[in-house]
Amino acid sequence: MAITIDEAVPVSATHDAPPERRRGGRGRMVVEVVLLTALAVAMLFPVLWMLETSIKENRDVYAVPAKFFGFDLTLAHYKDVFVAPGGGRSDLSGSFLNSVIVAGASTVLATVLGVPAAWAYSRFSMKAKKDQLFFILSTRFMPPVVVVIPIFLMYRSLGLIDSKLGLVLIYAAFNVPFTIWMMKGFVDEVPAEYEDAAMLDGYTRLQAFHKFTLPLLVPGIAATAVFALIFSWNEFVFAIFLTSSQEVRTAPPAIAGLIGGTTVDWGLVAASAVVFALPVLVFAYLVRKHLVAGVTLGAVRR
Amino acid sequence: MAGIEVTSLHKKYPDGTVAVDHVDLSIGDGELFVMLGPSGCGKTTTLRAMAGLERQTSGDIRIGRTLVNDLPPAERDIAMVFQFYALYPHLRTRDNLAFPLRAEGKPEKEVRERVAEVARMMQLERLLDRKPQRLSGGEQQRVALARALVRRPQAFLMDEPLTNLDAELRADVRTEIKHLQAELGTTMVYVTHDQVEGMSLGHRIAILNKGRVEQVGTPLEVYDRPASLFCAAFIGSPPMNLIEVQVAEGALRGAGGLVLAPPDGLPRDRSLVAGVRPEALEVTAPGADRTVPARVVSAEALGDEIIYVVDHGGDSDVRVRMPPTARFAAEEQVGLRHAGGTPPVYDTSTEELVA
Repeated sequence: MAITIDEAVPVSATHDAPPERRRGGRGRMVVEVVLLTALAVAMLFPVLWMLETSIKENRDVYAVPAKFFGFDLTLAHYKDVFVAPGGGRSDLSGSFLNSVIVAGASTVLATVLGVPAAWAYSRFSMKAKKDQLFFILSTRFMPPVVVVIPIFLMYRSLGLIDSKLGLVLIYAAFNVPFTIWMMKGFVDEVPAEYEDAAMLDGYTRLQAFHKFTLPLLVPGIAATAVFALIFSWNEFVFAIFLTSSQEVRTAPPAIAGLIGGTTVDWGLVAASAVVFALPVLVFAYLVRKHLVAGVTLGAVRR
Repeated sequence: MAGIEVTSLHKKYPDGTVAVDHVDLSIGDGELFVMLGPSGCGKTTTLRAMAGLERQTSGDIRIGRTLVNDLPPAERDIAMVFQFYALYPHLRTRDNLAFPLRAEGKPEKEVRERVAEVARMMQLERLLDRKPQRLSGGEQQRVALARALVRRPQAFLMDEPLTNLDAELRADVRTEIKHLQAELGTTMVYVTHDQVEGMSLGHRIAILNKGRVEQVGTPLEVYDRPASLFCAAFIGSPPMNLIEVQVAEGALRGAGGLVLAPPDGLPRDRSLVAGVRPEALEVTAPGADRTVPARVVSAEALGDEIIYVVDHGGDSDVRVRMPPTARFAAEEQVGLRHAGGTPPVYDTSTEELVA
């Protein structure tokens, strides 16, 4: 009898422990899910509201209390983004085109300058290399808005105010340091021996870089270019200070310009914001693998 | 085939570091010459200067009778094997082997014949249609060797080619390289930081330290009479025991009473260090003939030998190599005796061999 009791004690103890642990696990999970859900709702609500507003009829946009469900659908706001009220191209569509040109050109420029520079910093020994690299990085330490007035004055004397070229140059100037730093990591990962071997086989150093190293860098270049593109695409401060005319203005200041009149066409604002956000989302999705590679580069030793 | 002459080679990088400090080397035709040294000693930079991948700050390099200072790598008639193999990743083995020949513009018929020949020699036939990522490390290194061979160069330059192989494979490929070099009779310059590799491969070894050549000699010369304290400490595992000695009564006497036979021509009134190989010492029963009393600090049984660390009252413990039949336990009182010939003696201030 005593024996069975003795046996029963540990048995009941082992029976008790796991459910207790499971309950603890489940309780923790519930808390986690609730917290994450709350966070996700808070983060995603503006996006959701933007999407809803962009497809609501105007009277539903201004309805009090606000309508979350059961509003009337319309695509008129999207039409307004691209087509002017009297027919023909709208001002906003021109701004979007400017954004494409400026962001594209500055990204290409930053890549063309930054990739060979990164290669040189990775491969060659040079005087005060670390200091040079630190200097390059340091140009990204301050918020860009700090230099907007000096840049404005310089641009005014150079005649670059209110020109696409001016925006392309300033965005490239901000993207080149970033490109050098990020690409240097990728170049470091490609063994220099490929180039050495190619040089022994009769290629010049630049040919060796072009023929053997560059193809291996393509994923890195894609990731870096997307980051640069996103920066140029989203940039607001320089765009609003350095441009004034409708012909040059890029999308961010143009969209901001929609707000502030006596009446605000929130449907149009929301629709243009959606159109503005889409290209970046698509690009980021296309290169998502490389983005992760770029962000985690150097985290794992070969 | 050709020898390589390096005269007063100097390489200073823009950041101010001197990688190679006025190095002179004379590598004979058909010689397997090893450059050995710790990392950062300038061995790889010297090799890359020979290949033309680095431009020296000053000094001359001759391959055969040609001064190659201003020739690009491809025109120096050399082939190089790298630590990371550097096989072109997008090419199959066959095309990797053919690449240097095609780059030279050889007719396709000759290219095919020579690739087939070298593939037969290196037993790569079944790997010819694979890309590098589908080859094992050892196979990649054999392909890299074959790619060097296919050019039939005047000299081979090898930059730590075995570092990335696992230990077992390393010994195999080492034997293969030695055999290949003997068969072809080609000049080969081999850079390594592994003294076993250097000793087993080289006809002659150059030991480099801090950009300077410390010693050049055959493996046995380098082992028996290291030219400096650095070489003495670098070559041999475990390394030489460096024992501070004084000349007295016609013998070298170290602290703790150890007596060594003195070499001829010892300078007076200088502080001296004798280099004693672990196998030149003997651990005996206490009180045996010509021994000093000592205590076993630790014993490392390696199977084929036992390394005893022994405290004999000197400035530092000494290492003694004994056959595996020796039976002394740690903390046991024993005798220690010098059983070798006259040891090399160094000046502690110049760190160089004096006798």
